[in-house]
Amino acid sequence: MRALTYHGTKDVRVDTVADPEIINPRDAVIKVTSTAICGSDLHLYDGVIPGTLSGDILGHEFMGEVVEVGQKSTLKKGQRVVVPFTISCGKCYFCEKQQFSACDNANPAEKQDMTEQLYGHAVGGLFGYSHLTGGFSGGQAEYVRVPYSDVGPIVVPDHLEDDKVLFLSDILPTGWMAADNADIENGDTVAIWGCGPVGLFCIQSALRMGAERVIAIDHYPRRLELARQAGAEVIDFKQTNVTEALMEMTGGIGPDAVIDAVGMESHGFSLGDQAQAFNLADTIKQTVGIGADRGGALREAIFACRKGGRLSMPGVYGGFLDKFPLGALMEKGIQVKTGQTHVQRYLKELLQLIKEQKIDTTFMISHRLPLEEAPRGYKNFKDNQNDWTKVVLKPGV
Amino acid sequence: MLKQYEHWQRTGRNDPLPRFALFAAAGTAIALLAFAAKPLLTSSSAERRREFDDDAPRRLSREGEGSPAFVGKSVLINRPRAELYDFWRDFKYLPRFMENIRAVEVNGDVSTWTFAAPAGQTVTAEVEVIEDRRNERIAWKSTPQSQIATKGAIDFRDASAGRGTYVDALVEYTPPACAVGRAVADLFRREPHVQARHDMKRFKMLMEAGEVSTSRRTRHDS
Ligand SMILES: NC(=O)c1ccc[n+]([C@@H]2O[C@H](COP(=O)([O-])OP(=O)(O)OC[C@H]3O[C@@H](n4cnc5c(N)ncnc54)[C@H](O)[C@@H]3O)[C@@H](O)[C@H]2O)c1
Ligand SMILES: [Zn+2]
Ligand SMILES: [Zn+2]
Repeated sequence: MRALTYHGTKDVRVDTVADPEIINPRDAVIKVTSTAICGSDLHLYDGVIPGTLSGDILGHEFMGEVVEVGQKSTLKKGQRVVVPFTISCGKCYFCEKQQFSACDNANPAEKQDMTEQLYGHAVGGLFGYSHLTGGFSGGQAEYVRVPYSDVGPIVVPDHLEDDKVLFLSDILPTGWMAADNADIENGDTVAIWGCGPVGLFCIQSALRMGAERVIAIDHYPRRLELARQAGAEVIDFKQTNVTEALMEMTGGIGPDAVIDAVGMESHGFSLGDQAQAFNLADTIKQTVGIGADRGGALREAIFACRKGGRLSMPGVYGGFLDKFPLGALMEKGIQVKTGQTHVQRYLKELLQLIKEQKIDTTFMISHRLPLEEAPRGYKNFKDNQNDWTKVVLKPGV
Repeated sequence: MLKQYEHWQRTGRNDPLPRFALFAAAGTAIALLAFAAKPLLTSSSAERRREFDDDAPRRLSREGEGSPAFVGKSVLINRPRAELYDFWRDFKYLPRFMENIRAVEVNGDVSTWTFAAPAGQTVTAEVEVIEDRRNERIAWKSTPQSQIATKGAIDFRDASAGRGTYVDALVEYTPPACAVGRAVADLFRREPHVQARHDMKRFKMLMEAGEVSTSRRTRHDS
């Protein structure tokens, strides 16, 4: 089959590789009809997540048709399914608590050592997201082996086209959980850093959950425009000092909840701005490769958050962060919630909202490319963020 | 990254911050190296430990460091005690999750365990059960005619309500006389804790999820 494989920093190619097979009884094999490039893939593309090897198939947002099932799979050949990017056994303590991305059993035993040393505990399994999360072959391919297929994939009705349901695999539940984690109360003002696909879904979700106002921050006009379209007021951080603006826009209170939908590769380091300035040091460390995260947006979010407010962090981090405003976090009594999304927890509810046309899941798609052109998709989603807001790939075209 | 870098050069060229940042970066790197190089405890604090007995498993005591003839590992498994006991008691299932055990043949009270040895060889041990308390404990020991000496025990304890069972395994391998046996013993002792950790995690996977997780894509992948 054809698949998008990693060859090194900013070097991904479409190669011919062996087709996947059923290995365990609960497996299924999916023929991919649509798959997307995610902001998380850019962290791999940029080489800031360790444990990605040459030849690894990337991609964790995908859907398709069931073509093979193991004897314990509950799926049937021919069914159309969306597959969560989190691989979860459904039976361990965490899965039973609906903390699916913390599953104890999906990440293979021999791969668990790395994160056990890095984080104190082994993390769960993810598709196409380095050997830290299991080394599972990803979905930017013609076929994917899907473990625990009786727990993850959700069957979608034929009348909903791919574009409408594809993002159930990750960014839609990610934006939803981020808003959920912000514990939004009626009348709240929520500030969201990053107007990429995740940030945009955060805006939509926060408003649905009762936020009075959402203020979204980015520096790309096109993305800020989309944020506005989703119902947010916007701040361009290249144009305006963000913390100051947020204070003034909230009568000196600050946002009740702040959401970091940027993650470890925060842009910008305006030197006049304390929270952002350290981002420069982070960048240099990341460039020389010593496991440092770049946390400009996160620092700014903590600075801006009101006393007793809440910080929700869907943005991905992998290592260590210096100059973390721990004092601000503690002294202001800010609550923190974060994590890889527990996708399976939200699927039914979100599919229902899509069916009832209560949420728009397609407005950020800017490009649809054949899988063969995936490398061009990566390059532009990375270098041309203003116009390339979300890329959907079609295998076999 | 390059773009970031250019941007940084443009905005911060004549600013003291870049230099400061480089120092900070170097400082972190040095701190990390120092952390990696430094033994976690000095001998004096290890001595101090002896004045007090804490509640951690004895096998974890720093005093015993450096004599890894036996290893232990504890896992919490989200299944009832009886189920775990039954599965383990039937030694023929051990190869499904213990990496070094190739095969087990059960003949009544004695079973023959075949271990993988370097260079594609195998060694065997005749194992007899020396203690068997239903749903609580199984202990075993190899007989003198075995090529490798091993003994071990596994305990099953209820966790607090609804959380399943604590499973504590303790296994010991003693270097036998023959050359192959020594090589095997080395193999086991190279990273015995890693081995035990992986084996017990696979046991947990098998009991909870019904299968051992793998990220292989084809049946022929290694
Ligand atoms: N928690 C999860 O399970 C999960 C799932 C999917 C994605 N993510 C993470 O969410 C983050 C966003 O994903 P995405 O697909 O939207 O990525 P993206 O790269 O398309 O979007 C990030 C946006 O942040 C903006 N940005 C950068 N620095 C900023 C700053 N200092 N202030 C404000 N905005 C800034 C960028 O201009 C960009 O528009 C990534 O870190 C991704 O890895 C997490
Ligand atoms: Zn994603
Ligand atoms: Zn699980």
